[in-house]
Amino acid sequence: MAKVTGAASPLSGPAEAVILQIRVPRILAATAVGAALAASGAAYQSLFRNPLVSPDILGVSAGAAFGAVVGIFLSLPVLAIEVASFAGGLAAVIIVYTIATAIRGRDAVLVLVLAGVVIGALFGAGVGLLKYLADPYNQLPAITFWLLGSLAAANLRDLTSLLPAVAIGLVLLALLRWRIDVMTLGDEEATALGVSTRSLRIVVIAAATLMTSAAVAVSGIIGWVGLVVPHLARLLIGPAFTKLLPVSVLFGAGYLLAVDTVARTLGSVELPLGVLTAALGTPLFLWLLAFSRRPAWS
Amino acid sequence: MVLTAARLATEDLSYGYPGHVVGRHISFSIDAGEVLCVLGRNGEGKSTLFRTILGLLPAYAGAVRVDGGLTTGWSARRRALTFGYVPQTGGGGFPFTVAELVLMGRTAHRGPFSAPSIADRRAADQAIATMGISHLAQREWVRVSGGERQLALLARALAQEPRILVLDEPTASLDFGNQVRVLDAIRSVAETCGLTVLLSTHHPEQAFACADRVAVLAGGELLHIGPPAEVITSETLRTCYAVEVAVLPVADDRYRVCVPQSYLS
Repeated sequence: MAKVTGAASPLSGPAEAVILQIRVPRILAATAVGAALAASGAAYQSLFRNPLVSPDILGVSAGAAFGAVVGIFLSLPVLAIEVASFAGGLAAVIIVYTIATAIRGRDAVLVLVLAGVVIGALFGAGVGLLKYLADPYNQLPAITFWLLGSLAAANLRDLTSLLPAVAIGLVLLALLRWRIDVMTLGDEEATALGVSTRSLRIVVIAAATLMTSAAVAVSGIIGWVGLVVPHLARLLIGPAFTKLLPVSVLFGAGYLLAVDTVARTLGSVELPLGVLTAALGTPLFLWLLAFSRRPAWS
Repeated sequence: MVLTAARLATEDLSYGYPGHVVGRHISFSIDAGEVLCVLGRNGEGKSTLFRTILGLLPAYAGAVRVDGGLTTGWSARRRALTFGYVPQTGGGGFPFTVAELVLMGRTAHRGPFSAPSIADRRAADQAIATMGISHLAQREWVRVSGGERQLALLARALAQEPRILVLDEPTASLDFGNQVRVLDAIRSVAETCGLTVLLSTHHPEQAFACADRVAVLAGGELLHIGPPAEVITSETLRTCYAVEVAVLPVADDRYRVCVPQSYLS
């Protein structure tokens, strides 16, 4: 506050540095990553007409992780790691979607999810190979900690690439909110209602993948947020994307900020964020699955 | 709501899927405001014909004309402003309310980045009222019955303010009462809104209830087209469905019933 108003700071120099250079960036990163993952999850769920898909399940996270690990392996600068992460995420979702459309005549959603699992495993194997080849003293610990998911290293430079990517993605999704609802009817019906489904799908996938990849590049793999948060939002306010997007963004941001605070303060050693979101997300999701009276789909 | 009907014509239309031609050389026309009912056995390609007319499938050969103009190369938006489509099973699996679903009919009237305006909501409400399902407006789409779903999809097609309504077996899998309600709704929509209607059915009798003319598809070709009383005969039904059927007039020939001969003997 004093920094903004120009008044004399009541804090000591080190305390101010901690707040401005460590705490504030970390808080902003946690909210942005949470919002990005939840919004992408909500968009993927509507686009693929399945409230159980998420950036993790479609292999986007694994692809983005592979891209980022390649970046770390090659000791690339942060921006290049982010680009590699985006390319990996996009490649994964394109491969998964191509496989799912090529294999016809079976349960389309099942094929989609299975293709996501398979491609995710393939990219996971790629990550494993790079870990095996990586320099065990410098690169391997960096890759391993990064893959567990953490915001401990989030700094102002990360924010300059994360925030614009998330903002672009969110604005695109917000602009297309109405068309995204129509896409849940399926391609043919949406076309008959006047939507150019092909171009719309490309834009929505690009927006969601941009956000997911930017988040993965900064925080590593933080699973379950993109699945559980939009699913919970759907149960609370229904499937209309106009309401679903802002609610998912707020829940996602709040959830990850809360979990990150717990991860930071629970033990004497900081817990990996991705481990904690999985530990919380799994039972939460099972509870939603078993006890929700209002189905999020039929 | 009053809409402007358009004349629909197919010229020598051949259609099907990649590597599999379903129908050949289909030529017919429907005048503005006319109701045409298409009959044909399972797999005869009624749905495929409709999807080709709607531009959802590319035609093998031939053309579709609306008011004399070719529809080739039309954008999805232009098609949606011309054709209102009620698919056999539609609406998706997400729990939108009936009102939200009907509002989606307004998509073609909005730009890609905009949400529905007050005028759009009014048009949707009016379409819901026309179908007599205002009491369902706030119910979840996935929780209403099959007949109510069909009426909601009809309302959505009306909210679209199209010029031609295309209904793919609108009474399939409905109970008897809902079949009557949906057919009545179709007929009253054609009359009060002044729409051109193309529909398909598995019940030849329904053509007497709602159609001005009937087209019969058999063997991938157009077997007959004309007024129901001329087309729906024992001979046509034998060729089309391979069963012996008596077509009997009832109520001073205001309606005809189709009774299988095996039931009579």
